[in-house]
Amino acid sequence: MPEMAGLDEGAPLFVQVADRLAGEIADGGLAEGERAPSTNELAAFYRINPATAAKGINMLADDGLLEKRRGIGMFVAAGARQRLLARRRAEFTQRYIAPLLTEAVRLGIDSEELFALIKKTGDEREGVSR
Amino acid sequence: MTPAISVTGLTRRYRDHTALDDVSLAIGSGTITGLLGRNGAGKTTLLRILAGHEFPSSGSVRVLGGPPAENEEVLRRLAFVREDQIYPEIKVGQALRAASWFYPNWDGTLASLLLEDFGVRTDKAVKKLSRGQRSALGITIGLAARAEVTLFDEPYAGLDAVARQLFYDRLLADFAQFPRTVLFSTHLIDEAAALFESVIVIDKGRVVLDAAADALRGVATRISGPCLAVDALAQGREVWERRKLGSQASVVVVGPLSADERERARSAGVDLTPLSLQQIMVQAAAGAIAPTPETSVMTERTRA
Repeated sequence: MPEMAGLDEGAPLFVQVADRLAGEIADGGLAEGERAPSTNELAAFYRINPATAAKGINMLADDGLLEKRRGIGMFVAAGARQRLLARRRAEFTQRYIAPLLTEAVRLGIDSEELFALIKKTGDEREGVSR
Repeated sequence: MTPAISVTGLTRRYRDHTALDDVSLAIGSGTITGLLGRNGAGKTTLLRILAGHEFPSSGSVRVLGGPPAENEEVLRRLAFVREDQIYPEIKVGQALRAASWFYPNWDGTLASLLLEDFGVRTDKAVKKLSRGQRSALGITIGLAARAEVTLFDEPYAGLDAVARQLFYDRLLADFAQFPRTVLFSTHLIDEAAALFESVIVIDKGRVVLDAAADALRGVATRISGPCLAVDALAQGREVWERRKLGSQASVVVVGPLSADERERARSAGVDLTPLSLQQIMVQAAAGAIAPTPETSVMTERTRA
């Protein structure tokens, strides 16, 4: 789906929509207490069926990250950002460290060299941003 | 929910072949459904029968509660937009006016807006329009009719990618405001996939797949990489397709992969690519998939 605003084929679309919204909440782009995009806004933006967009929103609502205010729409629940960040932290090892180690082993990079590489990359980045 | 369209045991025979063979399906009201299949699979025949342009040889067809053929009460609530619609010798504006008389929910403002978007002038004779402009006119009438049931049969001959995107955007926007039942046949499957809430695939006149679009995403995955690792991952799974080149293999397996399997794939240098709707349609048309994947995902064909 090349024309779709950046969703890919992997997970069901409503899961991807939920992930994107959760990401925005975690990054603070969508603040707690702020109104979340409506089903129709999401459908138009991602160019997806409104029912799919609604499923994504409901997933976050069921999770307690969004709350419905009757007649106005969905709002980001209090504490949503902290909960999402805690969840991401818990997933950090599985999502980033594990594949990093797998590839390192394949290339014969030992842990000492790996630490050095991480440190060097971090230092360089800091140098750039300064 | 009562379905907007329900078809039971529908068969359409022509002198020398059977275009539709015992087709049964139900389409919920307020949904957008994709009707997919190869050329000559029977998509157009099905749509023509639903639109009342043709009678079934046998079986029952209900659109908005009644049979559509020669049924004015149903036909006024139904819009049929087809490829290469033929118009009489009239101007674009006259075609719109005729549509406005016929369809009770007609929105003239929307029609003008759409034509402007597509760059079609109302004072032009329909005969003088390009193929793409004629398609744009059909789409405009189909959307502005705001009919409770809207059937699109490959509605965009001659429309370029930009104009098609415009069509999808306008369809979604208007559907969001005025929900209706849309059945949409297309070849450009991956382009239109995200519009669909459900998908029906027909092949050789039979329904070979009828499922929620969400249920299909991730239903099958292509696993490619070193033979041994690919075989290990495919072990005990339903396999749709298997190819080999030297020490590399590429296999399509059915069913979701666990986090553990994904990690194993990653560490073995195996690529996992979920099948797109278009690729799933190809498999369905090849007979790999049972019509309702919720129950038993696939028919027995090959087992790893």
